[in-house]
Amino acid sequence: MSARSRILDRLRQRDGKPLQAPKSDFSVVTQRGWSAQERLARFERWITSVHAEVIHCDRSDWASALARVLSDKGVKRLALGREHPVAREARAALAEGGVALVDADRDIEAWQQELFDDVDAGLTSTRGGIAETGSLWLWPTTDEPRLLSLVPPIHIAVLDAESLADTFFDVLQDHDWAKDMPTNALLISGPSKTADIEQTLAYGVHGPRELVVLLRHAASEQTGS
Amino acid sequence: MSSPVQTFTPQQFHRQAHEALENPQIRANFRKAMDGLIGKRREAFDDWELETLRELGANIRLRALSRLPDLLERLEANCEANGIRVHWAEDGDDACRLITRICERHQARSVIKGKSMVTEEMHLNEHLGRAGIEALESDLGEYLVQLNEQTPSHIIMPAIHLNTDEISTILHERTGTEQTRDVDAMTAAARAQLRERFMAADVGISGVNFAVAETGTLCLVENEGNGRMTTTAPPVHIAVTGIEKVVEHLADVPALYALLTRSATGQHVTTYFNMITSPRKAGEHDGPQEVHLVLVDNGRSRIYQDDELLDTLRCIRCGACMNHCPVYTRVGGHTYGTTYPGPIGSILMPHLMGLEATKDLPSASSLCGACGEVCPVKIPIPDLLVRLRREAVGEGKGNVPGAGAKRSRKELAAWKGWQWLATHPGAWRGAAGVAGKFRAMAPSHLGPWTEYRTAPRPAKTSLHALIKRRRQEGDS
Repeated sequence: MSARSRILDRLRQRDGKPLQAPKSDFSVVTQRGWSAQERLARFERWITSVHAEVIHCDRSDWASALARVLSDKGVKRLALGREHPVAREARAALAEGGVALVDADRDIEAWQQELFDDVDAGLTSTRGGIAETGSLWLWPTTDEPRLLSLVPPIHIAVLDAESLADTFFDVLQDHDWAKDMPTNALLISGPSKTADIEQTLAYGVHGPRELVVLLRHAASEQTGS
Repeated sequence: MSSPVQTFTPQQFHRQAHEALENPQIRANFRKAMDGLIGKRREAFDDWELETLRELGANIRLRALSRLPDLLERLEANCEANGIRVHWAEDGDDACRLITRICERHQARSVIKGKSMVTEEMHLNEHLGRAGIEALESDLGEYLVQLNEQTPSHIIMPAIHLNTDEISTILHERTGTEQTRDVDAMTAAARAQLRERFMAADVGISGVNFAVAETGTLCLVENEGNGRMTTTAPPVHIAVTGIEKVVEHLADVPALYALLTRSATGQHVTTYFNMITSPRKAGEHDGPQEVHLVLVDNGRSRIYQDDELLDTLRCIRCGACMNHCPVYTRVGGHTYGTTYPGPIGSILMPHLMGLEATKDLPSASSLCGACGEVCPVKIPIPDLLVRLRREAVGEGKGNVPGAGAKRSRKELAAWKGWQWLATHPGAWRGAAGVAGKFRAMAPSHLGPWTEYRTAPRPAKTSLHALIKRRRQEGDS
């Protein structure tokens, strides 16, 4: 008999009472009822509390905000996708400048060393944000692979204000995640950190040292800053 | 000087506890850390209906356990459908062999590891080492502990027993890092040392925080990015988990995640929540080509048999019980001599190692109840400690390996005598009278009890006799 059937048999032939499966009331993790403004304020408060930087910008002009971030931080080489509108608009806006654009939509085996050693920042889109915890949610794609938001020392993420949800639970429900999970789904809340040395917080361990969120607002909206 | 290599065993709990209590460095390191964690947890739950959330957490875990065999099959079917290969292991050795075989099939020489307590439980690193495969821990705390040839002293913060100076020395002696008290500089040094290793590793091995049956998804909680790196950079990823970590639905995950991070470190969220549902698909550019899931029993299906002990399996490994335990805070994690220390260790390890080896652990508690009060999934830890004490002296149901290991004829006779005396009023009064008369002969040394206390001495007149006399005087 295989280990599998021995384990399952033991579990099925349990000596004790039949186990009752209680019903779960999920209301404590949903139904926050926040207004758009409240959502925005919470998102910003939480994600900046863990050292992320939030830069508000206009939807029509976000790429110039990106260019400013790159020059402020001295980014020479930026890795990014090609297909996603975020990548396309960024490429168009940065074509003339002094920043080298590195294609991220390549098999990692072909450029691992380059990604680990030479890229200063990675640019990604996001699918949305979570107000309650100040989190971004990403489903990496062939255009924006998994390591793009992890390996470069700076991660620049583009988020649209109207894609903010109240809670993680709401995101799972509203976007019906369970129906079709991607290879990798991620919540990202701040740059990587550790407190393993005597509980002293240090940012930038194995992931990015900095997380910059370019928070895009539609032209008619008030920018929250 | 870094601390010398020392082996700790649960059999030596008392001796190790004495040594830890006399070590001011250990006492200070743990006191400071635990006080900080208690405060942070309290703040993190400030805005929450904590009781409602704990109720939901307990309820989700209970539902998962009530359907455990079905959910494991569902998890397996969904993982396989997604391209994740599922393996089953009866015990730790079985799991180690399985994992070693996978590594050998890929001619792996170097393995990078994300934090995983279940692989600590089975001593996977030693096992791989014997097969000529080097396993390197990548979580900073685990890395430091590995460099210092120790084991973790806490399930969430493995290097909590070390202070900044000690860590600086370890990094200096083992890796040539310049000595410094600057935590950022030390972190940067470790980052640089591990980057090369992530790129070169043949296999990545990680634990799992929640395995979702509904979708075949493996969820990993972390802050450093080493977990994502371990599960993304190497061509093969092996995830290892105890069979109890399965949950039914994806919708069950947010409540448990909210409870886990706040209970563990008082964080409102961790930097990363990493959900893996398949290996690299055709056309994708990174991620492992192969993902394996190893489901480890190692005593868990035996715990599952007992209606009361079953609650042990609800645990989500947050460590809040140890952070709040007055015993753990004073003696530290190594003293327990087991993979899982503190209250959760004391109710879990007897099942994994047997009560012969661990008979002192259920008694390493003042039963103050703090562990049960903070447990995010409401495991009645104090009740389970009492149950295991009964099992240890052979007064339980015998559902724990090594039950009765602590049974002593002398102790049993003493309690039986006491029981008889206390249920026979005439004999009791007689004995009390005799004890009062010969009180001068009462011993002044009573084993460990009198190390810090004066021995009790029987009263000249018993309470019973005093009351009787007073009543007679009142009547007259």
